[in-house]
Amino acid sequence: MTRKQKRLAVIGTAMAFLGLAAGLTFYALGQQTSYFYMPADILTQPAEAGDRIRLGGLVQDGSVRRGEGTFVRFAIEDQQSAVDVIYDGILPDLFREGQGVVTEGTLGSDGVFVADTVLAKHDENYMPREVADRLKEQGVWKDGSDEEGS
Amino acid sequence: MSVEIGHFALVLAFVLSLVQSVVPLSGARLGSERLMRVGEPVAVTGLALIATSFAALTLAYVQSDFSVLNAWENSHSAKPMLYKITGTWGNHEGSMLLWVLILALFGAMVAFFGRNLPPTLRANVLAVQGMIAAAFLLFILLTSNPFTRLHPAPMEGRDLNPLLQDVGLAIHPPLLYIGYVGFSISFSFAVAALIEGRIDAAWARWVRPWTLAAWAFLTGGIAVGSYWAYYELGWGGFWFWDPVENASFLPWLSGTALLHSAIVMEKRAALKIWTVLLAILTFSLSLLGTFLVRSGVLTSVHTFASDPTRGVFILAILMAFIGGALTLFAIRASRLAPGGLFHPISREGALVLNNLLLTTAAATVLVGTLYPLLIEALTGEKISVGPPFFNLTFIPLFLPLLAAVPFGPMLSWKRGDLPAAAQRLQFAFAGAAVSGLVSYFLIDRASVFAALGIGLGLWLILGAVTDLALKMGVGKVKPSVALRRLKGLPLSMFGTTLAHAGLGITTLGVVCVTILETERVLVMQPGESMEISGYSLEYEALQPFTGPNYTEERAHFAVSEVGGRPLGEIVSAKRFYTARNMPTTEAGIRTMGLSQLYVSLGDKTNDGGIVVRVWWKPLVTLIWLGTLFMMVGGAVSLFDRRLRVGAPSRQRATAAQGASS
Repeated sequence: MTRKQKRLAVIGTAMAFLGLAAGLTFYALGQQTSYFYMPADILTQPAEAGDRIRLGGLVQDGSVRRGEGTFVRFAIEDQQSAVDVIYDGILPDLFREGQGVVTEGTLGSDGVFVADTVLAKHDENYMPREVADRLKEQGVWKDGSDEEGS
Repeated sequence: MSVEIGHFALVLAFVLSLVQSVVPLSGARLGSERLMRVGEPVAVTGLALIATSFAALTLAYVQSDFSVLNAWENSHSAKPMLYKITGTWGNHEGSMLLWVLILALFGAMVAFFGRNLPPTLRANVLAVQGMIAAAFLLFILLTSNPFTRLHPAPMEGRDLNPLLQDVGLAIHPPLLYIGYVGFSISFSFAVAALIEGRIDAAWARWVRPWTLAAWAFLTGGIAVGSYWAYYELGWGGFWFWDPVENASFLPWLSGTALLHSAIVMEKRAALKIWTVLLAILTFSLSLLGTFLVRSGVLTSVHTFASDPTRGVFILAILMAFIGGALTLFAIRASRLAPGGLFHPISREGALVLNNLLLTTAAATVLVGTLYPLLIEALTGEKISVGPPFFNLTFIPLFLPLLAAVPFGPMLSWKRGDLPAAAQRLQFAFAGAAVSGLVSYFLIDRASVFAALGIGLGLWLILGAVTDLALKMGVGKVKPSVALRRLKGLPLSMFGTTLAHAGLGITTLGVVCVTILETERVLVMQPGESMEISGYSLEYEALQPFTGPNYTEERAHFAVSEVGGRPLGEIVSAKRFYTARNMPTTEAGIRTMGLSQLYVSLGDKTNDGGIVVRVWWKPLVTLIWLGTLFMMVGGAVSLFDRRLRVGAPSRQRATAAQGASS
């Protein structure tokens, strides 16, 4: 095998792998990314029922209801609206009413969000960045208090 | 006073690092022996200064000196001593100081061990190290000064983030940083080679031990981080494909590739240009990791604070070093003479395949990590790329790599014989296939994937053992002769076997726990029992407990075999850190053989019960046991006489041509 053929073989294999990787990447990015919504977004441009999304905002005061076993119902709100969320599982340590939260799941056709993940925050005065950014846009969030991430 | 000394030492270290970046470099240009020799004492003095600075900060923590802003923000007088010390680097400023401390340590080691290096190469390497140190010292002094004073000094500190109050903090960051920063040496060697426009097999001999050491530490750092997250966060997961985890995994992937391509370069003088590029890329990915973690563009336990000026500063450092090195590469790479020829089916070919798969796999992880940032910067839309993405892209690329690993060491250099290699591996293959089949039929929940995964793990382990057995001549010579041969084998051979077997062990652990674990979430009342995977847990009581800087409620569970003998107790707790007003979950873990029973608590219910989450994690400890094998493999190779750092080069050159094992 000459140097040229050898080089072609290596380049060919490299291209094949890169092509495979690129194909997988594009496919996965199309399938497996989830968009971030606030309750206000659900109102204006509702996500397709069944699409996997992330929903973030503040846990509405007085909305947390514990049901049978590990079943929990609460509402996520921003300045404009609120969305009911149901979740079956263990809530993160820092889940509290009035605190920022990000949940992941699908929106049911009845407008209730079925969450399978409720994301933990890492310390008491840290706000999920997506939520903080959007609340700032809505003029609710005051700067300074999210300085101290953990 | 000591705080001011620490600050001053850091400023001096910065000035010295400027000297180190300029003087030896110009010495190498001008051919001045005296100027070149400046590099070593400067590197050693720099280390002493940064160590002084680091000691001063540690002292402020140990003495709970809350007139130091950094100590006030992250410490508390009631905190246990271990966490006072480790708290030094449990924050942004302190962790950057640890970063430069390790960088200076490596620089001083090059100065110390590199006496046999050609003087110009050594001068250039030290100069590049000096440049990196200068950039990061300036970064610390301008944007992240740990020595800022607070007046008047508060009485009490704000305490360290409870999640970080763990032995993990004592081990994970230092190991990880030694790995990250260790790759700076490979980087400096690569840039030095490009500056000189000359590179040879001897170069690879000097680079390999440094890369190997950095790789072994990085492996350990990632493994400890993974185990720490596993027990501390209470979610029971060992890997989350979190951007920050990816940031440490990327240099590991390309570092593994570098390790292997350096072998080809050393033994066969081939793949020179590629090896240099990989050395640059690996450290670039380490820098990228530092940027992602330190700039606050990502949110995770690791991002201590988000100050935009820091992000911009690190980004500037990142672009200067990566851009500069790649430009130099573009200009000079063509000067590096191409190396030896080899057939695609050969040891070299196998190592090229390893490199291709590792780098493409790294590329997919990189895309998945940066894509959300890119989309947000371009469109303002916030998206997340989670584990499903990585499972779909990384795993299909990584599986063929794992399957190919045992073939590599069976092929000979230059031209290998694939059928012969396959024949030698027939026992390993049969063993793997049988164990896959057996697990398929014996474990009632095993799917085809589980069987294939278990087979793959054993294929790697048995393949590694086969390699060693063949080198000993097992089956061909008398056992006594085989044993004698075993003693005579070079240490790096054992290193390979250990590391490859470790990869198999980790694979086995990941497969078993991912596919076969069982989980139950339920509400339990005191006195109630539950069963999981043949074990029975009785919830006895919830008892209060007061620690030094926290209070907690401990749930006691009596563990026994179902209908059988008692096995002891699991204690799982909800802890509340008073200074930060923050609750944490302290998982209760009991190791049974290689598997673990994992209990984590949720909220209390109104009727006096408590939400309990219980996992049975079969063979989960194999995940970290395997990484331990890889680390030990790296360490064993490092002690190979032939690889000893900075050994003379003349013998080397001839040995390199002769050796073809």
